[in-house]
Amino acid sequence: MSTVANQPAVAAGDADEFGGTQSLLKRVVGLQAFWILGVLIVICLFFTLIAGDRFLSTGNFSLISQNVAVWAVIGVGMTFVIITSGIDLSVGSVLVFSSVVAAKLMEAMGGNGVGVAAIGLVAAILSGMAWGVVNGVLVAVAKVPPLIVTLGTLSVALGLAQVITGGIDIRSVPTELTDFSAYTKILGIPGLPFVALVVLFLGGILLHKTRFGRYTYAIGSNEEAARRTGVKVTRHLVLVYALAGTLAGLGALLSLAQYGTTTIAGQSLTNLNVIAAVVIGGTSIFGGFGTIFGTVVGLFIPAVLQSGFVIIGVQPFWQGVAVGSVLIAAVYVDQTRRAAAMRSARSRGLFKRRGSK
Amino acid sequence: MTALLEARSVSRSFGHVRALDRADFDIGPGEVVGLIGDNGAGKSTLIKALSGSLELDEGEIYFGGKPVRLSSPRQANDLGIEVVYQDLALAPHLNPVQNVFLGREIPHKGVLGRLGFMDEKQMRRQAAASFKELGATVRSLNSPVGSMSGGQRQGIAIARAIAWADKVVILDEPTAALGVIQTKNVLESVKRVRDKGIAVVFISHSMPHVLEVCDRIQVLRLGRRVATYPGHGTTVETLVGAMTGALDTREGAA
Repeated sequence: MSTVANQPAVAAGDADEFGGTQSLLKRVVGLQAFWILGVLIVICLFFTLIAGDRFLSTGNFSLISQNVAVWAVIGVGMTFVIITSGIDLSVGSVLVFSSVVAAKLMEAMGGNGVGVAAIGLVAAILSGMAWGVVNGVLVAVAKVPPLIVTLGTLSVALGLAQVITGGIDIRSVPTELTDFSAYTKILGIPGLPFVALVVLFLGGILLHKTRFGRYTYAIGSNEEAARRTGVKVTRHLVLVYALAGTLAGLGALLSLAQYGTTTIAGQSLTNLNVIAAVVIGGTSIFGGFGTIFGTVVGLFIPAVLQSGFVIIGVQPFWQGVAVGSVLIAAVYVDQTRRAAAMRSARSRGLFKRRGSK
Repeated sequence: MTALLEARSVSRSFGHVRALDRADFDIGPGEVVGLIGDNGAGKSTLIKALSGSLELDEGEIYFGGKPVRLSSPRQANDLGIEVVYQDLALAPHLNPVQNVFLGREIPHKGVLGRLGFMDEKQMRRQAAASFKELGATVRSLNSPVGSMSGGQRQGIAIARAIAWADKVVILDEPTAALGVIQTKNVLESVKRVRDKGIAVVFISHSMPHVLEVCDRIQVLRLGRRVATYPGHGTTVETLVGAMTGALDTREGAA
């Protein structure tokens, strides 16, 4: 993933007179993701020292990446949303809703077969996208604060999913899907992590290399400036929330493949876990700054802690304690550092209306 | 001489407040014109009208002698008019190059461009060239502009404007928050812009700065142009008198 790790700047070693004062190395060291990667490596070393091969094995890391895959897919969308200085609390519920819609449809079509699974995929993605568009329109057009909009759709999407199913999980998932999760390996990587890797890679390219990504940063950095320079801010925000919803829809299908059931009651903390990972990875909650690479690192910290604690026989509940502490510490360090570097970056609250100055 | 950009008898009210009351304004090609007036005299309203950000109640705007209707900033931009607002409208997290090209990125050649990829090298080259042309001191093309000094940011905003404007650049209080040396740099930049043949509307509360760079100075009071003076041979006292109404000058004094 290191190909998308760097800021959307130009390569190092530019000979022109402006490039000299800040080398690529300096900029990489300045990234929070770099330091968090260091923390992750230290954690891994710690567990390796204590547990040895039981921790540092292909099998274990394969398991960890399985557990991270769904969150990683959602995390890509969340990274975009947070960079625009927004938030999406609804991703977990949208995932549940999409998986319910997809499972219902696949059940009605006979339950098995590649074609059925493909239709389930399309249904999950479309229903996720629809929720994303609803979020986006409410945030960008109706100008309701994103925290409130997505808190609302969190409740609505979950409620509707429960209405559709009567609150009982649907367990009829095509064996093709569950097999994909359990047995399929692509280039030696298990199915779900492979899909996540592809999404991360494409998301990284989109964020760091294209105009779409540039506008995402610009809107989070100074929405008014973006608007005045001709960026279609409203349309862009709708697209960003639609992207987040779409990826939650894709996550829904991956989750069905992983667990073989809809997880109606199991996603209540997904939104917060993903947001924590994105923020630990150095994406600024105030917008304007962030990387996909950081999100990946931020996702692995809780997953590695969880796995490590289990292996060395510490109560895995300590994972929550550790991750919460890392989250606060990471944001504190980042803020202090950035406050010194950037005097004019305005911090904007999540409760503020979009477009108000 | 035909004026390049001209406002004739333009009016605009906000509720009961008549911000512009049959105001006139004109600027010729390659000319630096100061626009001064006390707070509330209508300077901001006038430049908003000239840059397409505000609809007028009455009056007309002429560009190159022809009447134009500017109903969006884009239309003004297309005519070659750019505004540098007081708050600069820069994205603090983006670097100078990204800011200069924000909203107008150069697409990558071929199919990649259609997918939304940008020609970073070309943008960087052009931005560097316009900074150099302006004599703007930009510490680094890779650092976010939020980490730069007020003078550097002002330079970047002006460079962005002249990168896109080939006719008129409107500067709204470009020296307001700057130190002595930075102010000097901005005034030098204004002269360089003029030397490129681009007209500059220079709005400022600092009379010495106005007198230093402007070819002509137009004074607004209570939404109307009350006087026009040449930049040479006019004193600060005269300008202040016209702004406050202490001198009872009338239109056409110069």
